[in-house]
Amino acid sequence: MVVSINGRPEEIKMQSNLAELISNKGLCADNLVIEHNSVIVPKHKWQKIALKENDFIEIVSFVGGG
Amino acid sequence: MTDFLEIAGKKISNRLFIGTGKFASYPIMKQALEAAETEVATVALRRVDADLKDKNIIEYIPKPCQVMINTSGARNAEEAVRIARLAKAAGAGNWIKIEVIRDNKYLLPDNLETLKAVEILVKENFIVFPYMCPDLSIGRRMAQAGASAVMPLGSPIGSNRGIKTRELIEIMINEINVPIIVDAGLGKPSQACECMELGSAAVLVNTAIAVADDPVKMAKAFSTAVCAGRLAYLSGIPVTSKFANASSPLTGFLGGKK
Repeated sequence: MVVSINGRPEEIKMQSNLAELISNKGLCADNLVIEHNSVIVPKHKWQKIALKENDFIEIVSFVGGG
Repeated sequence: MTDFLEIAGKKISNRLFIGTGKFASYPIMKQALEAAETEVATVALRRVDADLKDKNIIEYIPKPCQVMINTSGARNAEEAVRIARLAKAAGAGNWIKIEVIRDNKYLLPDNLETLKAVEILVKENFIVFPYMCPDLSIGRRMAQAGASAVMPLGSPIGSNRGIKTRELIEIMINEINVPIIVDAGLGKPSQACECMELGSAAVLVNTAIAVADDPVKMAKAFSTAVCAGRLAYLSGIPVTSKFANASSPLTGFLGGKK
């Protein structure tokens, strides 16, 4: 199925949850934050959020800035 | 005498805040923060690029340092609030530099949208620091709305032109009863020192340190200048005069031969 991740459509496995998505991308969960369909999802709920077709996901983290 | 800037219960003795953008690497940034002994460092929030697998910048910020997250990228109050909430959820605390910019040429902030964001975020218990175009009325309203400090710009971000808005900032320092922190445009230590001599509570510097040939030494130089400017302000800077006032006594001169 296709979901939008950081503004780009991506094909992902059916029945994935947010925790699996982060793990499959090889991202370190520290200091990451996820917005799922415009709602911030706390880390302890990542496993409970099953992804659906056309979901909008934003994955953000900190970078250098003034 | 112990001289602290106290914000939200935190006592800050080093009045140089440093932005973490534009450094050649995170290890160099870390060395610069350590050399300056800075106690507040800003970071930004961005989409993760899964291909790059960037290291976590927070790990490179020395532990005693308070992290302040900026809302750069926000074009209105709503977007700034969204970024602040995401930053808090990411676990970097609740100190937010509110930055709302719609102007791409000069990167001048939108004071009205910034004020709106202050009003919303204070109610959500964020510690907010609005970055703004120097303006007494708006600065006062930001303070009344609960901003912990107000951050007027010295000159456009990254321009290195110094405190071009000096007259307006001086008025804000004299009239607004929260700390005034000069942010943006400071290109060399003497300009940071000038801000501190005026009575600025702190300054925030990024570009001038990050792009210096030796960012670590430059960080130390800014830190020293900020300290000197603060000491001068506390010491009472003398008034200026149009004419000379002799430093040596005007009596007891040697007489000439008659």
